[in-house]
Amino acid sequence: MAASLQISGIRKAFGKGAKAVEVLKRIDIDVAPGEFLILVGPSGCGKSTLLNIIAGLEDPTEGELRIGGHNVVGVAPAQRDIAMVFQSYALYPTMSVADNIGFALEMRKVPKAARDKRIAEVAAMLQISHLLDRRPAQLSGGQRQRVAMGRALARDPQLFLFDEPLSNLDAKLRVEMRAEIKRLHHVSGITSVYVTHDQIEAMTLGSRIAVMKDGVLQQIGTPDEIYRTPANTYVASFIGSPTMNFIPGSLQGTGEAARFVFAGGTLELPGPVQGEVTLGQRPEHIHLSDDAPWRGEVSLVEPTGADTYVVVKTEAGPITVRAPANTKLQVGQTMGLTVSSRHNNWFHTTSGVRL
Amino acid sequence: MHESFPHRGALHRPSCKFHAKGCTLNTSNFSRALIYGVLLIAACFFLAPLYVMLATSFKDAAQIRAGNLLSLPDSLNFDAWRLAWDSACTGVDCRGLKPYFVNSVIMAVPAVLISTAWGAINGYVLSLWKFKGSEVLFGFMLFGVFMPFQVVLLPMSQVLGYLGLSSSLAGLVLVHCIAGLAGTTLFFRNYYTAIPRELVNAARMDGAGFWRIFWRIVLPMSTPILMVTLIWQFTNIWNDFLFGVAFSGADSKPITVGLNNMANTSSSVKSYNVDMAAAVIAGLPTMLVYVLAGQYFVKGLTAGAVKG
Repeated sequence: MAASLQISGIRKAFGKGAKAVEVLKRIDIDVAPGEFLILVGPSGCGKSTLLNIIAGLEDPTEGELRIGGHNVVGVAPAQRDIAMVFQSYALYPTMSVADNIGFALEMRKVPKAARDKRIAEVAAMLQISHLLDRRPAQLSGGQRQRVAMGRALARDPQLFLFDEPLSNLDAKLRVEMRAEIKRLHHVSGITSVYVTHDQIEAMTLGSRIAVMKDGVLQQIGTPDEIYRTPANTYVASFIGSPTMNFIPGSLQGTGEAARFVFAGGTLELPGPVQGEVTLGQRPEHIHLSDDAPWRGEVSLVEPTGADTYVVVKTEAGPITVRAPANTKLQVGQTMGLTVSSRHNNWFHTTSGVRL
Repeated sequence: MHESFPHRGALHRPSCKFHAKGCTLNTSNFSRALIYGVLLIAACFFLAPLYVMLATSFKDAAQIRAGNLLSLPDSLNFDAWRLAWDSACTGVDCRGLKPYFVNSVIMAVPAVLISTAWGAINGYVLSLWKFKGSEVLFGFMLFGVFMPFQVVLLPMSQVLGYLGLSSSLAGLVLVHCIAGLAGTTLFFRNYYTAIPRELVNAARMDGAGFWRIFWRIVLPMSTPILMVTLIWQFTNIWNDFLFGVAFSGADSKPITVGLNNMANTSSSVKSYNVDMAAAVIAGLPTMLVYVLAGQYFVKGLTAGAVKG
């Protein structure tokens, strides 16, 4: 049942004339059947608007939207064969769990017997069979979340939409439900679009990630591509925690033997171009070393259990380093830093675009 | 702190357990007694007229002439009630209040139901299906809540004339529906504003349309506001005098007008007991509605929207 989804040239503007606010600026995304696409970005980046447009809850100002090859712009939400899981769960408060799950089937005039069978199947899949007679108000957050998923699963739609479904859960449940969503997607194979502002959810769930900012698609790619070769400094800083380090400076010479000169140091690194550039390095690709020439003062030590993050204050700004868990350092101590030459991200200093 | 505000101890009695200092049993008992005393006095003050009405209605003419307003009736004498109900005279018409009571029922029941249903649909549209200009429209509707109805008496009577509904119960039903609409719309609109939009969106995606969402999802959540509106409308419409006196004909006078006419009919002897019984009869339905449906004011409020 998996369907493809093509978003082509979607624009959305609110208001008219000079006062118009453009929240989506020509978005093009192709989602293959069975894919799990993540739309990620800060609040106000337009990701939820895009999801609502896919759902049919809002109309695009311009552009085409194809589900399974059919243009659905102007088609009512109910006719698009889409199921959606909402952030607030949006369960019908006066109906039982079973009626919540079966409502869409009832609206589609599925006979009672078939409906009950499907409700039982879905409930078993989500391990909520014992809750079917309860009202939403009698459920815990995690149980409500499961019911909301059950409601979406019940009618086997062409497309699943998730609107930040985990953001109302506590940290432990969130990890649990994240795995559950991944499992359900694996089992059902239904094409899914998932909106989140949480980059960990994006990395763990998505087969591809679309990073958005201010209504513009910044980059789309697999989690690995997004993490390893971010298209610009924005994507680089948004994905990954702690965030990537940026060191502005200038490259002298190109090729393997280039020299990167910046405030407080010089590094021998292979560089793509000469001139003003910014070096981006993930915390795991910078290492502490006692005798390196690039030095700084330890300003913060954060043990997380598996790793210890060390923030070193250098002339080029604070640098975060992922160090082994057993690292013992004093705040105020001076340390040297080395950079592995194979994981350099070079960005244009003013535009932030990857070189 | 509790000593300087002794009543706090009583109002927040459970907290006394945790603030042993300055919250002794004595101050709390004293302030409790004070509060109940004040409440009792207030209750007596408001119930006194009802007592006088009931007591007087059971007295016979002789005891009333004796002049003690607050005395208990010598015997339970239902003559005045029977007279008030079906044989007291208004001018030459000696059918009591019964025909007016029937008129009021025929007028109030459809007017209450229609104005409430109409307000519910208005509120549903103005809160969950907002369209361009719906807020402005709602703003204009609010004028209706604050407008003195005397202003519309003349134009309304003309409209009723055009529609051929002058001096009829149907005309009164129409007037009450329109007059109550602003209030009922306001009630429902504000109640439905608290319903998350996502709930409507979820239902739309599930395949429910405008009416289905209203019937299956929104209306079942509306019990408390429905009860509030029904009681409010019934009380207003049943007790209305202005429209009743202005737009009714000889055969369509509601009970408030009937009561007024009966009590004001000049005859040789003023039968206070009959007037009092009639007044109680006229007020009985609203009291009954409140007693029967008042519990829903609070009940069901917890069955509201579920948020995460």
